[in-house]
Amino acid sequence: MHLALFILFAMLCVGGALNLVLQRHPINSALSLIVVMTSLAVLYLLLGAEFLAAAQVIVYSGAIMVLFVFVIMLLNAGEEDRTRGSRAAYAAGIPGVAALLGVFGYVFLSHPQQFGNARLGGFLVTTSDLSTLLFRDLLLPFEVTSVLILVAILGAVVLARKES
Amino acid sequence: MNGPVPIAYYLALAAILFCIGICAFLIKRNIITIFMSIELMLNAVNLTFVAFAHEWHQLSGQIFVFFVMVVAAAEAAVGLAIIIAVFRSRETLNVDQINLMKS
Repeated sequence: MHLALFILFAMLCVGGALNLVLQRHPINSALSLIVVMTSLAVLYLLLGAEFLAAAQVIVYSGAIMVLFVFVIMLLNAGEEDRTRGSRAAYAAGIPGVAALLGVFGYVFLSHPQQFGNARLGGFLVTTSDLSTLLFRDLLLPFEVTSVLILVAILGAVVLARKES
Repeated sequence: MNGPVPIAYYLALAAILFCIGICAFLIKRNIITIFMSIELMLNAVNLTFVAFAHEWHQLSGQIFVFFVMVVAAAEAAVGLAIIIAVFRSRETLNVDQINLMKS
């Protein structure tokens, strides 16, 4: 069951990510990114992170992607032109990515058992566990985060304002 | 099909998603899509954090993911505001035409 669910949603993730690369229109890329993020929420549930699965759906596939779709429609973005990018980026980037993937694949998959196994319900983090840690031991970082959000909101308003 | 899944599979999936994100970052020419590929890379790293939190039975990994989500939300708001400002002045979303700082 666990393996079947993992394979199903891992395929959805990779398929959505590839679709993001292959689609020309930004709105199609945004919708496939929503597929990736929602499947990742299911994978978080399989790993026992129930709060993060809910937060992933609400914050990522909800709030952030709505913002993206909203901006795409506001700017009336059409299909992208296929211009050539920087040659240095292709010459160094594509082999670099291939090498990175090769190294990661070798490290992770040559001895798959060295990292242990994930069982359904093997490590279940409830929201109360997480909130106890967050509001008792990590209260200061949590409060500082609110300042960060405030600064980000002010910055967004100032940047997006029409100059008179 | 009922057995446990090795954590290594989750890590490999995260690596694949991260590399697809880098490829999208290099290939795409639309500034909004480039920004979306950054979000994809952040998500891949989050999956790694959750997988290792499951392996070591630690809550800190999940706390990290929580803070990454917060920062990603703030970053998306500011980044999209910058994209709107750039579009107002340059009338384009193509990164090849936003080259004012290129000599």
